[in-house]
Amino acid sequence: MLLALLLVPTLCGLAAFGLRASRPRRALLVLAALVHAGLTLAAWRRPPAPVWQGSLALDPPGLLFLALTSVLFLAAALYAVGYLAREEAGRRADFEEQFLFANQPEAVFTGCLLLFLATMTLVAVSQHFVILWIGIEATTLASAPLIYFHRQHRSLEATWKYLMVCSVGIGLALLGTFFLSVAAARPGAEPVPLLLSELMAHAGELESSWLRLGFVLLLVGYGTKMGLAPLHTWLPDAHSESPSVVSALMSGALLNCAFLGVLRAYQVCGAAGLARWCGTLLTFFGLFSLALAAVFLLGQTDYKRLLAYSSVEHMGILALGVGLGGSATFGALLHAVNHSLAKAMLFLAAGNILGMYRTKAVHEVRGVLGVLPVTGALWLAGLLVITGSPPFGMFLSEFTILRAAVEQGRGGVAALYLVLLGVIFVGLSTAMLGMVQGQPPALAGAPRGRDRWLAVGPPAALGLGLLVLGVWIPPTLDALLRAAAHALGSP
Amino acid sequence: MTTESPWLDTLMALIVFTNLRLLGSSRLGACIRTVALQGVFLGLLPLIAHSNDLDWRIVLLAFAGMALKAGVFPWLFFRALRGAKVRREMEPYVGYSLSLLAGIASFAVALWVGSALELPNRAISPLLVPVALSTMLVGLFVIVSRRKALTQALGYLAFENGIYAFGIGIAHEAPFLVEAGILLDVFVAVFVMGIAIFHIRREFDSIDTAALSSLRD
Repeated sequence: MLLALLLVPTLCGLAAFGLRASRPRRALLVLAALVHAGLTLAAWRRPPAPVWQGSLALDPPGLLFLALTSVLFLAAALYAVGYLAREEAGRRADFEEQFLFANQPEAVFTGCLLLFLATMTLVAVSQHFVILWIGIEATTLASAPLIYFHRQHRSLEATWKYLMVCSVGIGLALLGTFFLSVAAARPGAEPVPLLLSELMAHAGELESSWLRLGFVLLLVGYGTKMGLAPLHTWLPDAHSESPSVVSALMSGALLNCAFLGVLRAYQVCGAAGLARWCGTLLTFFGLFSLALAAVFLLGQTDYKRLLAYSSVEHMGILALGVGLGGSATFGALLHAVNHSLAKAMLFLAAGNILGMYRTKAVHEVRGVLGVLPVTGALWLAGLLVITGSPPFGMFLSEFTILRAAVEQGRGGVAALYLVLLGVIFVGLSTAMLGMVQGQPPALAGAPRGRDRWLAVGPPAALGLGLLVLGVWIPPTLDALLRAAAHALGSP
Repeated sequence: MTTESPWLDTLMALIVFTNLRLLGSSRLGACIRTVALQGVFLGLLPLIAHSNDLDWRIVLLAFAGMALKAGVFPWLFFRALRGAKVRREMEPYVGYSLSLLAGIASFAVALWVGSALELPNRAISPLLVPVALSTMLVGLFVIVSRRKALTQALGYLAFENGIYAFGIGIAHEAPFLVEAGILLDVFVAVFVMGIAIFHIRREFDSIDTAALSSLRD
């Protein structure tokens, strides 16, 4: 079962490289996404058997992030079919600087997309720290060609930055993994294997100073990939230059996978009694990310960068929630669910806006509600969601974290958190509200009111899910979230 | 598990030498060969360290690593370079003599940190941790102080070599698949970087990363 989860996207991805005809390749993409979603659902209902002496297994945190990845990939695959059909073949003019460029061959794009899914699945199911590292590094390598879909200099720059910054960051995480293995050496006895369960069972015997150093390196390494400030420098560029469907997957699924890497290290440290110490580090990184995002969101002129900085903000909230611990851990995991769905929906909607207006500048986009009614409505709903407004689930998760901070008597943290959320609310809503209202500019050759089914269906489905999560959390999801929070040391 | 061997310390010294040569050389071809040489020294490390109890898996991994780092990677880099007019690192952000000084300083820092870090099990050589750390630092230094995409990729490779050396020194019996997986990842990383360099050269007609500066806030 676990192997099938890994093999289906891998084999389909390799096959996609070889398929010449577009239609069967696109069908294969959707088929693989459907099969993956089906397998994930089956794994949820009946936990699959571990393989390779427990190196690969599905525990509650892994299942949570696997399910998110699978759902997002299904939405993205359907959207990609429409998107790829709309992208013109051959050379065409860049809308910012008017030079000519061509797209990457579609086979490469589809193949890398499926391999990207396979690597993210590997991250979700790995219980061994080195396999986890291999998986996270592999996500970088599978997604780098995706950012370079539009073969022009800006996306190339974003790709190079992404490759270098993330590779170095993840290199540090490998060093952290080795430090962990030093901590587990146990002089005079058999060393503890680098399996999560073994490390947690023998946490008391781990050498504390090496464990601390290892945690710092893992946090910095995977934190780079996760987009925690000040290690986020690759993130706005990569998210703004890649096709929207890739941005949606990176923001909604990839950042979560890196977060899972941090969580694994946190689990071991928590078992070794270092939860408070790690929590302080996580809280610091979380608040710093919120502050930095607030600064860059105010007056941001590019709406895809706007969404990217909003991802930095939400990753900060996740780190903060886990750092606070207690009931905030549950809040952070719920927040991860909400953020994934919301950010994927917004990036897909942004792709529709970009396709119609041919600009990424906030001030040049006006009257989306008139031109693309469904996309405009989704954009508005997305604004409400990511600013944590009441009808949607994110209000609940942000509030849970706030309440936990107050209950723990950390008034300073709570106040700072609230103020930063307020600033971010102002920054996001001034930019995004202006886009939906007003008189639309004359759009060259673009008919009005043409919301395509494949372009609005997937984000609308995600939005519906968010609305449901706001009023009712299904009992199975609630149980999974509680089990995952429990695995992270929350009572 | 090991015996003190004069060969090990010689190897360590040679790795430090390759670091300094990487820092002091302006010709891209020389840098590629230097890092390839470092890969060979690194591949010999586990072979000499475990010369008493050689296992076919250690031998296989060592030779696979050497074949990659001294064969495939240089070929890939020279291929990416083909057609580029520039053969030298022009005007690095930090000059060569200063870079060399930084390299020596990094070794001093690494010696000091290495003596402060106490390994629970004895490493294969007392020089191992300092050499590994200084190789990592030199790699990072090259990434931030050089302008050519190719030199930055070489810096990444040196950085990864340093981490790998640390891993060889401390790792207790890692499963074969796991080590092979790390090697595969590094291979694909360098492969993707090589392709990116190829595209950078075609797009900008140079491999200078100073041209990559249009994205900012």
